[in-house]
Amino acid sequence: METIKLVYPVEGGDLIEAGEASSKMKLTLKKLGLPQDVIRRASICMYEGEINMVIHADGGQAEVEVAPDQIVIRMRDTGPGIPDVAQAMQEGFSTAGQTARELGFGAGMGLPNMKRYSDEMAIDTEVGKGTTVTVKINIA
Amino acid sequence: MRLCEIKAILQAQVLCGGEHLDWEVFSACGSDFMSDVLAFVKNQALLLTGLVNPQVVRTADMVEMKCIVFVRGKVPGPDILALAEERGIVVMTCPKRMYEACGLLYSNGLRGNCDGDN
Repeated sequence: METIKLVYPVEGGDLIEAGEASSKMKLTLKKLGLPQDVIRRASICMYEGEINMVIHADGGQAEVEVAPDQIVIRMRDTGPGIPDVAQAMQEGFSTAGQTARELGFGAGMGLPNMKRYSDEMAIDTEVGKGTTVTVKINIA
Repeated sequence: MRLCEIKAILQAQVLCGGEHLDWEVFSACGSDFMSDVLAFVKNQALLLTGLVNPQVVRTADMVEMKCIVFVRGKVPGPDILALAEERGIVVMTCPKRMYEACGLLYSNGLRGNCDGDN
């Protein structure tokens, strides 16, 4: 299998509809016949990333590369950036507003869940410029 | 535990996916925090929640849950049910409160199967 590149725009503003990009990626991974566990881990990471993008950055773009041995998901936004990454990684820390909380998010578990389910995770962020969260999920 | 048994134990009403009541689930998760649900990954699981919005269905879909039970008699709108139908997820509503609904299923043998790892 060659490396497959997929790009999904993430619309900002509408948290109720957030998650469509993750659903589409999940369907594509299923069609590619990847193991269920890999699909689930990738889907959770992308979904949490997508929700974060909508809550904090008014959307962005998800780039997904599916190689024979690994899935790489890059969630890019041009939002406000993360001033303190270590703090953002703590379970329970959240700056999300009331709308996110009403929908069952904003409990400070988004980034920790992405770390939990990925094999590698990197956060590249600059205040005022934006954030790129990259997760890698091994297929083997 | 089969979904038809869950329906009977919780005195639940099936809102969509009634043709799949022979499906079996092996674990369950009760939460109103979707990120907590996403931290709970088990095969063929059931979600009990008091939260009613489309993200509940999307969350259940991401972790491939088979069934969502809305507690305290909550009935989701047609948009939420349509989404669940599309994703192949059975939806029920039950009159029990969360604590009681979880307790009934647990005491009838449906465990969380978390093994302390989640």
